[in-house]
Amino acid sequence: MVERSTPPTPAGPRIIKRNKALAVGPLKSSATLGAALALLGVHRSIPMLHGSQGCTAFGKIFFIQHFREPMPMQTTAMDQVSSIMGGDANVIEGLRTLCAKHRPALVGVPTTGLVETQGADMARAVREFRVAHPEFDEIPVVPVNTPDYAGCLESGFASGVRALIDTLVPRAVVAGTRPGRRQRQVNVLAGPALTTGDIEHLKDLLERFRLRPVVVPDIADALDGHLVADDYSPLTIGGTPIGEFATLGDAAATLVIGSSLEAAANLLAERTGVPDWRFPHLMGLAAVDRLIQTLAQISAEPVPERIERQRSQLQDAMLDTHFSLGQGRFAIAAEPELLVAFSELLTGMGAETVTAVAPVNAPALRLVQAEAVKIGDLEDLEQAARAAQAEVLICNSHGVHSAARLGIPLLRAGFPQFDLVGGYARCWIGYQGTRQTLFDLANLMISLGKGEIHPYRSRLKQWPADEREAAA
Amino acid sequence: MKQKDIAALLDEPACAHNDKGKSGCAKLKPGATAGGCAFDGAQIALLPIADVAHIVHGSIACAGSAWDNRGTRSTGPTLFRLGMTTDLTEQDVIMGRGEKRLFHAIKQAIETYRPAAVFVYNTCVPALTGDDVDAVCKAAGARWGTPVVSVDAAGFYGTKNLGNRIAGEVMVKQVCGTREPDPLPPGVEGPGFRVHDVNLIGEYNIAGELWRVLPLFDELGLRVLCTLSGDARFHEVQTMHRSRANMMVCSKAMINVARLLQERYGTPWFEGSFYGVADCSAALRGFARLLADPDLSARTEALIAREEARMDGLLAPWRERLRGRRALLYTGGVKSWSIVAALQDLGMTVVATGTRKSTEDDKARIRALMGEAAVMLEDGNPRNLLDIVRTQQADILIAGGRNMYTAIKARIPFLDINQEREFGYAGYDGMLELARQLCLTMDSPIWPAVRSAPPWSIAAPVAPGSDLASDPPVVPAVPPLPAPASATLIPGVRHG
Repeated sequence: MVERSTPPTPAGPRIIKRNKALAVGPLKSSATLGAALALLGVHRSIPMLHGSQGCTAFGKIFFIQHFREPMPMQTTAMDQVSSIMGGDANVIEGLRTLCAKHRPALVGVPTTGLVETQGADMARAVREFRVAHPEFDEIPVVPVNTPDYAGCLESGFASGVRALIDTLVPRAVVAGTRPGRRQRQVNVLAGPALTTGDIEHLKDLLERFRLRPVVVPDIADALDGHLVADDYSPLTIGGTPIGEFATLGDAAATLVIGSSLEAAANLLAERTGVPDWRFPHLMGLAAVDRLIQTLAQISAEPVPERIERQRSQLQDAMLDTHFSLGQGRFAIAAEPELLVAFSELLTGMGAETVTAVAPVNAPALRLVQAEAVKIGDLEDLEQAARAAQAEVLICNSHGVHSAARLGIPLLRAGFPQFDLVGGYARCWIGYQGTRQTLFDLANLMISLGKGEIHPYRSRLKQWPADEREAAA
Repeated sequence: MKQKDIAALLDEPACAHNDKGKSGCAKLKPGATAGGCAFDGAQIALLPIADVAHIVHGSIACAGSAWDNRGTRSTGPTLFRLGMTTDLTEQDVIMGRGEKRLFHAIKQAIETYRPAAVFVYNTCVPALTGDDVDAVCKAAGARWGTPVVSVDAAGFYGTKNLGNRIAGEVMVKQVCGTREPDPLPPGVEGPGFRVHDVNLIGEYNIAGELWRVLPLFDELGLRVLCTLSGDARFHEVQTMHRSRANMMVCSKAMINVARLLQERYGTPWFEGSFYGVADCSAALRGFARLLADPDLSARTEALIAREEARMDGLLAPWRERLRGRRALLYTGGVKSWSIVAALQDLGMTVVATGTRKSTEDDKARIRALMGEAAVMLEDGNPRNLLDIVRTQQADILIAGGRNMYTAIKARIPFLDINQEREFGYAGYDGMLELARQLCLTMDSPIWPAVRSAPPWSIAAPVAPGSDLASDPPVVPAVPPLPAPASATLIPGVRHG
């Protein structure tokens, strides 16, 4: 175990609620987009956002700029009439159009603030679609309630994962699945803080234990930026194959990465009876140790030498970087899971999270290693970071102006990263990812030139004439 | 906003679309719709006004996923780049606290940032719950002595185009005419040199491209009272009514602004473009014509002759390099004819162009440029675009950012022509940048490599020993595009 430089308070940090009318420099992205992202992690799927066309257009640009991939996303195109009279007809017409045109493996329908305010009943709309169009019975439709006036990208993603399980995973007694029938299969519920690079690394780790990972949702397979033979697809070109959902109940174990997935994990366990191991995140020695030990146990395999080597490389990196990171003062603005991960990592290195800002409150914030967490925006972040004399900022790409005004360097993490090529693919987890994160954080600290002593010019020193004149 | 107000906005007498039943009012098809909403359009149209606090009144999706990601530039204030939103919560919606939150939000923005004005954009959720945004804005403006302008453009009102119009209408009706222009700096005018006031409507200073054109205006004695809205300030918008001639810069979206200014203040206007040498010259001549100042006309002709000669020299090597290369242009239509002319001026062949948003008048211009057989694309869905690239043997797809990864995924050279782009192509010198960017992607060495299949997929043994000097065999994995007509590099030209 890693020694923590400050003991964690059992009650967790103080949560400072939002106390102003105007959000300036929003940190939050909508729950609707989170759900859409989760649904994009299924192979040959397309999310159709139930709202006005702008909801999808903005979301599309948001993800295109982050992933630098084309984004299959559609809209129910609510207009004045349907906004007043009800949008069921739009849902049915949209589903029919998508199913007829593209024959997708799945259509997801996340709702927006507009239709939730209106009081849309998604279950009814889908039921009516089924009655009207039995020819599309084999195409699953996954509705998700994600009004953007509640939650954030992380919570919406979790709702999306839960909805996928709810629609696609049968009860063990009905389907006849049995935990452990597929001895080498391990389900991985992958949370929104995991990048495509993280998920790839995780799969790699599982495969080293001769396990067969089934990642739900697999945004790495869908959005990692690979080329395929086809020049165009209106649907996702990768992701969890739809058929795999029926096999989740036969797996030997489930790994749950991310505390936001609590409800989704509970539902999966309840449906299938597959035992699960839950991890708030996979950054830092302690978290990864627990993962590797779990994998060794599930697989009944010894830990491969390669992984032991990586562990000792991380330990070495911790030694190398603790000089720069120790007593470092960090400001973090991120969604709850990422905030927890970074604050724990930093605490484990003897650094301090002096400013922590999250877009919404969430149970996971209890785990944040900081005196307080502010629920707020980048204006809050900037004020708090200035007051606390933060030295490095960890934030998404929007943090670039805050960092510039604060005069401190920025490490980009989270959504969106629109000014960094490859940010979506960066691996933060595991021994290797953690090691690189420590290197990068330490390099930022070194760039500050801390401890530099300003020259002192003694008036009694015997200065050469030209130097004396230059100083005068 | 009431249905009849929307209908009135959709009825735009100055727009050639008006009798074609497609002026932003085409019924949207669920499951097969692309493009932004009215809020998107309104915000894009006004966001470049740099010293205004732009507050989005709504839940987080409207502002949260879209603040500070546009390519527009400002010479000074950066207030417009700060995303501001009331970020309505569930409780606000249920308890009807939206109006109160908005009122306090306006106060907070004014007290913290001292903006020249506050613009409040209404969005779907408060429009549905019935927040009286106009009333809140009026009350807040009176209370804190700062202009607070309500832009009622909720997403479900209609398309992006409608939003552009709503924004334009609000500016003309609520802001224009509320201030007189500053006096000219002393000593600017002299014998034979009068300064005329003009407006540029629908110019957004993307990537700073306005700054390629403004020096010419200064030289000719044309004072741009206001650009709606690139690098504009609120107090400039207030003076737009005093302009003597308006140019609608290649955008039908704000045509109502030009028409309303003419109706209300008698200002003549013309439609023009700063893309391409010929159109740039035509735009300058347009002003000289409307302003009817013989001295200005003479100086304009002299400037045009000088600039065109200069550009001929500078563009010669690029024209050499681009001659005969084939482009598929899909802009949605607004700037098609202007870009077609610019590409042809560079020696390229435009194999087809998008006309989804083009008017009959635009199409006539396109036919005049490309001939009667011109291929016009009404439907720009990605599949269609890629098919035309192949059948027409295009060397490059020129389109908006939304289509960028369509081309990239199909391993086709691409140039971004819309608002998220990072390079400015307006003005005479903009043509050089355009030529440079076209060559950068088309002549990149990556194309054969990214189209290649792994060498082990064909049964060819690897000879032992060092093979570092020769290129690996390139095996096409996807149907190759026709080879570039001229991919040779020209000495003395900076490549890329």
